[in-house]
Amino acid sequence: MSSAPRAGRAEDAEPPAVPGLRTWRAVYVFVLAWFALVVAALTAFTELFS
Amino acid sequence: MSGIDWLVLVGTMVGIAAYGVWRTRGVRNLTTYLRGNPSTGWGTIGLSVMATQASAITFLSIPGQGFESGIGFVQNYFGLPLALIIVCAVFLPMYRRLDVYTAYQFLGERFDDKTRLLGAGLFLLQRGLAAGVTIYAPAIIVSTVLGWPLEPVIVATGLLVIVYTVTGGSEAVAVTHKWQMAVISVGMLTALVVLILRLPDGLGLAGSASVAGALGKLHAVDFSLDPSRRYTVWTGLFGGLFLSLSYFGTDQSQVQRYIGGASLRDGRLGLMFNAVLKIPMQFVILMLGALLFVFYQFAPHPVFFNQAEWRRHAQDGRFRAIEAEHAEAAAESRAAIRAWVGARAAGEPAREAVTRAAMLAAHDRAEAVRAKARAALAASGPRVKTKDSDYVFISFIVSQLPRGAVGLLVAVMFAAALSSKASELAALGTTTAVDIWRQFRPAAARDEAQDLRVARRFTAFWGVVAVSFALFAGFAENLIEAINILGSIFYGVLLGLFLVAFFLRHVAATPVFLAALAAQVLVLVMYFSLNIGYLWYNVIGCAACIVMSLVLQTVLPSRQIRARAAR
Repeated sequence: MSSAPRAGRAEDAEPPAVPGLRTWRAVYVFVLAWFALVVAALTAFTELFS
Repeated sequence: MSGIDWLVLVGTMVGIAAYGVWRTRGVRNLTTYLRGNPSTGWGTIGLSVMATQASAITFLSIPGQGFESGIGFVQNYFGLPLALIIVCAVFLPMYRRLDVYTAYQFLGERFDDKTRLLGAGLFLLQRGLAAGVTIYAPAIIVSTVLGWPLEPVIVATGLLVIVYTVTGGSEAVAVTHKWQMAVISVGMLTALVVLILRLPDGLGLAGSASVAGALGKLHAVDFSLDPSRRYTVWTGLFGGLFLSLSYFGTDQSQVQRYIGGASLRDGRLGLMFNAVLKIPMQFVILMLGALLFVFYQFAPHPVFFNQAEWRRHAQDGRFRAIEAEHAEAAAESRAAIRAWVGARAAGEPAREAVTRAAMLAAHDRAEAVRAKARAALAASGPRVKTKDSDYVFISFIVSQLPRGAVGLLVAVMFAAALSSKASELAALGTTTAVDIWRQFRPAAARDEAQDLRVARRFTAFWGVVAVSFALFAGFAENLIEAINILGSIFYGVLLGLFLVAFFLRHVAATPVFLAALAAQVLVLVMYFSLNIGYLWYNVIGCAACIVMSLVLQTVLPSRQIRARAAR
């Protein structure tokens, strides 16, 4: 079984095209920062309601 | 259920399945059938990944988990965003570069055919055996609560998912996932709004959260290093990372959802969509459970939520005494909570401290009665089900939601069951066709029409296996746990194979193949001879596969491994 060839390595360089995030590294940093914010919010939530 | 509920339920389920069949009626292309529409955007991929993971058990059990143990379970998902970043950065680009249909094809490209067969075999063994559970588990709960016969529910659910998955393959799975997620979102939001509106007068959402917090249900994060604690930030980060990497990176039911998008960018954004939304989504579902707990502190509720099981076994006067004791303890607990809320509102710290202690003591007494009920139930027979937390949310739905909304929420459960089942069937069919059948019929690669027919037949075959297994699953005790154990026994070694493939570039095929076999034997021997938590077998299997690969790469004669090492 074979399929139509893909762009291969060329698409690796495709930018995320997300407003404010020009590279994939920036996207990953954003996700990590969001995760840290969520954990901080959950920690504050725990403190508030314990 | 009323007529309007039936209309909503049947209309939603049949409508989505019919839409899936209609939208994919013209699928004649093998790539579209196995990988989905090549123009699929990131939004559809993101929803499809989410729908695959969200089984009916997610929406039945997780509110029950929030009700029973609080929202600390949310920590289990802490490793997920990190795992998805690794999948985006390492796994996905490689899968797309090699243009594979299955994750196990990558093992064939990186190592050799025997390693690919081993990876595909481990996946088929694990997913194939679990196939019946995704239909059986929600069917047994919904049937029990609504008083429906189990077998027709299993057969109807199974047939519906088989029809559209066999017809449209991966593309049908993706297009139906969007609508199933829409039904799930609207339904869960409806249940949350109704629950908030039915919270006790004068308490409101903030007051209810305070009650839940005071009674220990809102402990979301725990930084403790105590290994006896079940859910902590650390178990979530490390264990969750490990499990999510196995699931999203090597399980074909997930890999198939994101490798077929319009571009690498769409696949990556679809996964990042999940990395951002998953923890907040699980938090909301757990909060729903915690609020259900507060609701039932003030509303009449049974001592045991699986009422069908209770009525079946709780026959003598001893159980009537427990019911009376429960009613008394619940009334005491209610009064104690009201006293604490009153003291808080009055701003009297001394009285608040006294009433809080009384509230906790009353709550402990009520919980002790529930534990006593479970113990009495367990003593009444060897096959009695004593876990009732899965029945809390569905009991609320049936007893508290307005007409029409009940049908919508039951549709949520079935939409979730169908969405995860469809991904499983498509993945099992694809893996069997591509990695197993194709290996032994290489000439078939030139006949796309035949390949398509074969893929459809294997998808249908796994659908029939799943339904048959679900029909007979009632004979097995602790079935779901048994399937989880089975998954843990095989998942670790499978992840080990992929981690060696991606990160240990100098390790060749024969060392990793032998290491995987040895690691699998080790895990099986440990399982039958030791008594440790089964989740540890994920770690042990993976670590053993990696370490033994490195050792064998060093000690095996270089002639044996040189041929493939250059890959």
